Amino acid sequence: MNDILLFTLLTLGLLGTVMAVILYFVAQKFKVIEDPKIDLVEDVLPKANCGGCGFPGCRNFAEVSVKAANETQSLEGLNCPVGGNAVMKAMAAILGLEVEEKEPMIAVIRCNGSKANSPAKVQYDGPASCAFAHNLFSGEGGCQFGCLGLGDCVASCDFDAIHMNPETGLPVVNDKCVACGACVKACPRGIIELRNKGKKDRRIFVSCINKEKGGPAKKNCSVACIGCSKCFQVCPYEAITMENNLAYIDFEKCKLCRKCVEVCPTDAIHELNFPLRKPKPEVADAPPKERPAKVVAEAAAPKADETSNETKPDNIA
Amino acid sequence: MKSLKTFARGGVHPDENKFSANAAIEALPLPKQLVIPLGQNLGAPPKALVKKGDIVKVGQLIAKGEAFISANLHSPASGKIAKIDDALDASGYRRQAIFIDVDDDIWEEHIDRSEDINRTISLSKEEIVARVKECGVVGLGGATFPTHVKLMIPGGKTAEYLVVNGVECEPYLTSDHRLMLEKGEEVLIGIKILMKALGVEKAIVGIENNKTDAIQHLKKLAENYNGIEIQALYVKYPQGGEKQLIKAVLNREVPSGKLPIEVGCVVSNVGTAFAVYEAVQKNKPLIDRVVTVTGKAVKKPSNFLVRIGTPVSDLLKAAEGLPENTGKIINGGPMMGKSVSSPDIPVVKGSSGILLLPREESKRPQPKPCIRCSKCTVVCPMGLEPYLLAKMSKLELYEKAEKDSIMDCMECGSCQFTCPSNLPLLDYLRLGKQRVGHLIRTRK
Repeated sequence: MNDILLFTLLTLGLLGTVMAVILYFVAQKFKVIEDPKIDLVEDVLPKANCGGCGFPGCRNFAEVSVKAANETQSLEGLNCPVGGNAVMKAMAAILGLEVEEKEPMIAVIRCNGSKANSPAKVQYDGPASCAFAHNLFSGEGGCQFGCLGLGDCVASCDFDAIHMNPETGLPVVNDKCVACGACVKACPRGIIELRNKGKKDRRIFVSCINKEKGGPAKKNCSVACIGCSKCFQVCPYEAITMENNLAYIDFEKCKLCRKCVEVCPTDAIHELNFPLRKPKPEVADAPPKERPAKVVAEAAAPKADETSNETKPDNIA
Repeated sequence: MKSLKTFARGGVHPDENKFSANAAIEALPLPKQLVIPLGQNLGAPPKALVKKGDIVKVGQLIAKGEAFISANLHSPASGKIAKIDDALDASGYRRQAIFIDVDDDIWEEHIDRSEDINRTISLSKEEIVARVKECGVVGLGGATFPTHVKLMIPGGKTAEYLVVNGVECEPYLTSDHRLMLEKGEEVLIGIKILMKALGVEKAIVGIENNKTDAIQHLKKLAENYNGIEIQALYVKYPQGGEKQLIKAVLNREVPSGKLPIEVGCVVSNVGTAFAVYEAVQKNKPLIDRVVTVTGKAVKKPSNFLVRIGTPVSDLLKAAEGLPENTGKIINGGPMMGKSVSSPDIPVVKGSSGILLLPREESKRPQPKPCIRCSKCTVVCPMGLEPYLLAKMSKLELYEKAEKDSIMDCMECGSCQFTCPSNLPLLDYLRLGKQRVGHLIRTRK
């Protein structure tokens, strides 16, 4: 009995030792030398693996970042939209670099062709996917640029940040949005844009991407941009450009003065999270310059959060 | 009795419903305004030559195809150019079109408008190709591929057979059937012209056996035309696909991703043959075509000879109105046609029929899970596995789908037609094809 035990222990022990030695040499021979910073960087990343940075997963982003840091000493062009500035700073600290602060972004739905604004002319009964519908026809309301309302963006979102509003048939973005850009890619119409989140979440944008002339655009949708250029003329900061019968507000230049919102004849320009307007004369008397957004913002500061819901245009959150 | 020829793999048997088979071709009066979309052919759209206010005659060149794969457009009516603007196409997208206010029917002098049949082919091979190109003839089977490009056989290849498609395998449609019956001799002369242009000695006209009158009529006429053989075929959809037709009449298989010329064939439609006859013998450009207007509830299922650019609503009026319970207006046949978003769209070179489906038939049934019955695989005429490709397309496995030859799919819809679970297989395949096509193009 004892002999058997001893023999077993000796055999297994010897075998184990030999294997360990072999394994040691093999491990030495085939060692993968990896920058230990990669693991450190990966640890600070959000591990959402959403691909919002443009790389397949957080690990790859960490590898690319460390490589870039070693080779070019900068993190230019690399950004984790989910983690935002905090993560980028932590990452830069590990790598011994500095990063510029980036303004947070958010997905914006640039279509307001709700069921009321763009009534259905035909009925679609195919599979519930925008990608299919886009191939088949222009849309129930007739606008070939507008939202198809079948929710490819909702399906693409990993952060529960976009939902369909059953009443309007349009998607709605909430605060959970991290601007990873998945919905932007998923939308076959290119309606969703990543825009500056803005001070106090205030944003102004043209909620339409219709490039048709005014007549046909308005025929299909009562809130379409008709390319009248009124906003272009009134903007004191040259933030608005007109191209193909469509106004576009550059969020980098926009100072949130809201003049364009007032002049838009079709209410195609939307303002989000602004307080209720003061009586008209005061706004109209505003001096041409030197009274940009900050004045408006300060005045509105105390009640911004409470009022935000009421002042939102109906169909956009 | 010898059994009739057909293609080997797959195929389905939808109800034929050829209501308009006995309705003679009827010329439709000119509408007040014609809308001629520029992009009517496969390939690059032609460039407009006219501008607002110009006066045009019937048959005058109004847009010139400059790219290699492109086709000329001619004015189908005489009148004034109202504007060049965007107009709705069949799917509701706006595309550039020429609007013509029609005032009269004055033709260009060089067009021979007589009804006499001109049997002598006096033009040479090159002249025929040039004339076909000049007259803007495209494949009228539906794909609208410019015919002159088809007639220019790539170097190193030789054509042996001209296969003419008189199959009309789509249910409901009868425009080719009526054309063969009423313009049989012209069609045969058109085939002779195509044979001369291609330098082939033999042509085979494939006709499905549900058109016995057309088969007999053409067989009788073909006795006077050397080298043209009329071949009756077993009725099976999609026999009108060029690869299926070649397999059916010649038992030759076109390799995956290759053109029919690979096996020494060129395929053309009977409608195209007629258009070629008119272009070459009568100098008449492609300005009209036969369109079937049909449906179970249509009061007067008809075949109309209409000018390109006539609104579909005019055709519906001539067929005694839109039935009350119409659920879908389909441009083309029930298998491959697409439903249109408005009856105001114009007839284009590729419109072979307008089908009105009653509401209860036009609804898509609720899809259920795939039960792996493999019916779709059995009926696929290209030998693909539609359920698998649809799944790949759904999961965005485009490289894998490409490997499994998704690009061989010709979108005949047999898989979706036969699916007991009502799965939208064809929709997934189309999407997958589009994405894979994009992948292939970006790779170059």
